[in-house]
Amino acid sequence: MRIRIFMAAVMASMLIISAAHAAPEPGSQKALKSTADHSKFKELKQEFNSGPEVTKACLSCHTEASKQLHKTEHWTWEYKSPEGQMLGKKHIVNNFCTSVASNESGCNTCHIGYGWKDDKFDFTSEVNVDCLVCHDTTGKYTKPAGFFGNVVTKDTEFPPGSGKIVRAIKLTEIAQKVGKTSRATCGACHFNGGGGDGVKHGDLDSSLESPEKALDVHMDAEGSNFVCATCHETQNHRVPGSRYAPTAQDKGEAHLRGKEYKTIPTTCQACHGQAPHKKIAKLNDHTDKVACQTCHVPKYARGGIPTKMSWDWSTAGKRGPDGKPLIKKNAEGHVVYNGIKGDFVMAENVVPEYIWFNGKVKYTLREDKVEKGGEPIQINRFEGSASDGKSLIWPIKVFRGKQAYDPVNKTLAVTHLAGNDDSAYWTNLNWEKAVATGMATVNASFSGKVDFIETESSWPITHMVAPAKDSLRCDACHASNGRLEKVPGIYIPGRARDHAGWLDTAGWAIAALTLLGVLGHGLARIVVSKRKQ
Amino acid sequence: MARIYIFKRFERFWHWAQAALIIFMLVSGFEIHGSYILLGWERAANLHTTAAWTLIGLWLFAIFWHFTTGEWKQYIPTGKNILGVMNYYSVGIFTGAPHPFRVTQLSKHNPLQRLAYLLVKLFINPLIWVSGLAYLYYNELAALKTPAIAGISLGSIALVHTAAAFMMLAFLIGHLYLSTTGHTPLAHIKAMITGWEDDHDPSPKAPSAAA
Repeated sequence: MRIRIFMAAVMASMLIISAAHAAPEPGSQKALKSTADHSKFKELKQEFNSGPEVTKACLSCHTEASKQLHKTEHWTWEYKSPEGQMLGKKHIVNNFCTSVASNESGCNTCHIGYGWKDDKFDFTSEVNVDCLVCHDTTGKYTKPAGFFGNVVTKDTEFPPGSGKIVRAIKLTEIAQKVGKTSRATCGACHFNGGGGDGVKHGDLDSSLESPEKALDVHMDAEGSNFVCATCHETQNHRVPGSRYAPTAQDKGEAHLRGKEYKTIPTTCQACHGQAPHKKIAKLNDHTDKVACQTCHVPKYARGGIPTKMSWDWSTAGKRGPDGKPLIKKNAEGHVVYNGIKGDFVMAENVVPEYIWFNGKVKYTLREDKVEKGGEPIQINRFEGSASDGKSLIWPIKVFRGKQAYDPVNKTLAVTHLAGNDDSAYWTNLNWEKAVATGMATVNASFSGKVDFIETESSWPITHMVAPAKDSLRCDACHASNGRLEKVPGIYIPGRARDHAGWLDTAGWAIAALTLLGVLGHGLARIVVSKRKQ
Repeated sequence: MARIYIFKRFERFWHWAQAALIIFMLVSGFEIHGSYILLGWERAANLHTTAAWTLIGLWLFAIFWHFTTGEWKQYIPTGKNILGVMNYYSVGIFTGAPHPFRVTQLSKHNPLQRLAYLLVKLFINPLIWVSGLAYLYYNELAALKTPAIAGISLGSIALVHTAAAFMMLAFLIGHLYLSTTGHTPLAHIKAMITGWEDDHDPSPKAPSAAA
């Protein structure tokens, strides 16, 4: 029983990394671009029995690669914010699957390393860096959930005793065809944030693997064909543009080759500069207040894949007549209730919410006190205002959740969800056991009581950039009850809430009185002239 | 009945072009303001701006014309006979009294008109133009080094512009009505179209108000 629930959990969480895309044809333009054919390297002409063995071979030529990667957030899952908060997947609690700690078997499938099981993982090991997960070009490289980010090189029954076989992959072939990163390799993890395709971000899902122009004007597979690294221009394996360190406002110029810049290359301005609208110059008057994305990403989840808008963990735990966790689907066939997870709301073509954002994000961390009954707890509050001179109006996805917390200690709970053991929630649907194990993993005290608290997390919307003709028109915001209705501190022509009510009242009253006056005068003239006749 | 050529060709063109532009800008302007939806905000804003530049161009010609022809003197206010004219519009017009003012080429506006048009030209129009240009170029204003100017919010610029628009609307309503108060309802309008005003003077003994 337990095994079956766990299997369902593993399948539902969809954490299997799979970069399904075609390898370049031999002799094609793509194949010829590189001056090195890795299949001819003697270091790679061998049988590899594990991921680290491949990495060892890579490092024999690319001697500094792992040292570079050790310094990146992709490796450390750790980021200290300028405000001094310790962030990163390793530390934060979110309102999806809440936390990495105690769920390493599943979550760490997306770590760019091999075998991060617990806090004893050796972050200084060079061979533990996974080169292939980013540099695979075959689409055959997979890291199944449940293996702590390890690859399976021999057919393995998993979970043990289930009779289900996880097929082995052939590392030699994959290693001989390494190349640059692609939308598929980055997307293998980033499209699946939150445990499934499109779940977390809303502007990142597998529809971007080979998108049409209408979905993303830059990544258009038939056109500009940008890969992630075209904008997230990487140096020394450092990928700029992390949402942990967002750039809300870039006042720099467009980057030229060969010149050094202080601004990061990821922003729109890094290519388009400060006055990108050539035909309608008036539009450039907006760039001091409005982020490019606000008009140019009119909606998210536009590629046919829904994103998760809310998640209520408090309703989890129901079983169907067969004793298995209950699954409910909506008319489109998307899961809206899962006994191991609770209720979801899924949505496509979502209009973002809009806020002033200056790049500062304040997190509610696991140690912070949370109080039930007031406003929802902000997992990550985007800061900004109309008047701080650093903020722009940004589109965001607000993800609303209701998640486990300790009502006595008043802290967010670390929940042990994934694992083939007695206390994992996805195995036995027991909150107290799951939270007890989760909290113990991070050495946090737990009262033994579990309650649920409303939370919100914010996600900047920046991908799925529409072609210019599909960007927002003026009246999307220059109107009452338009997209920016709730954005304070700015006068928007056409938005009635900005009007000085007294002026409109007095103005129309004077016009009406003038009209009445002249009509009365005219009427009197007519009456008088009639009488004379 | 004698006729006098009052409104010259350019003057008539200027008047009607300006009338059309002002009415259009009132309609599109209040749509931009958010009072109603008619053309769609984007079109309203684009056309309002185009009309504004057109009117500025027209104004440059009109100012040049007024000064080269000396016609600007038509707007010098006078207190002479002003009470008589006010009395005419509030009483005389109903009792059939003659208009106390007689139009001549040198003095084509009665004292009330002089005052009203002067008010439009020296107060409402400048208010509209200054606030309107500030509205168009507020980004550039905000970038200025002078804090007193850079600190002006778009909201206050819009407030002044809207207030001036309401004044213009009230003027327009009054002006349209008063254009029907000639010796026949269409007499003034006809004169503004053809340039020729009937020298309608039912009582030749009445003292001429002409200067």
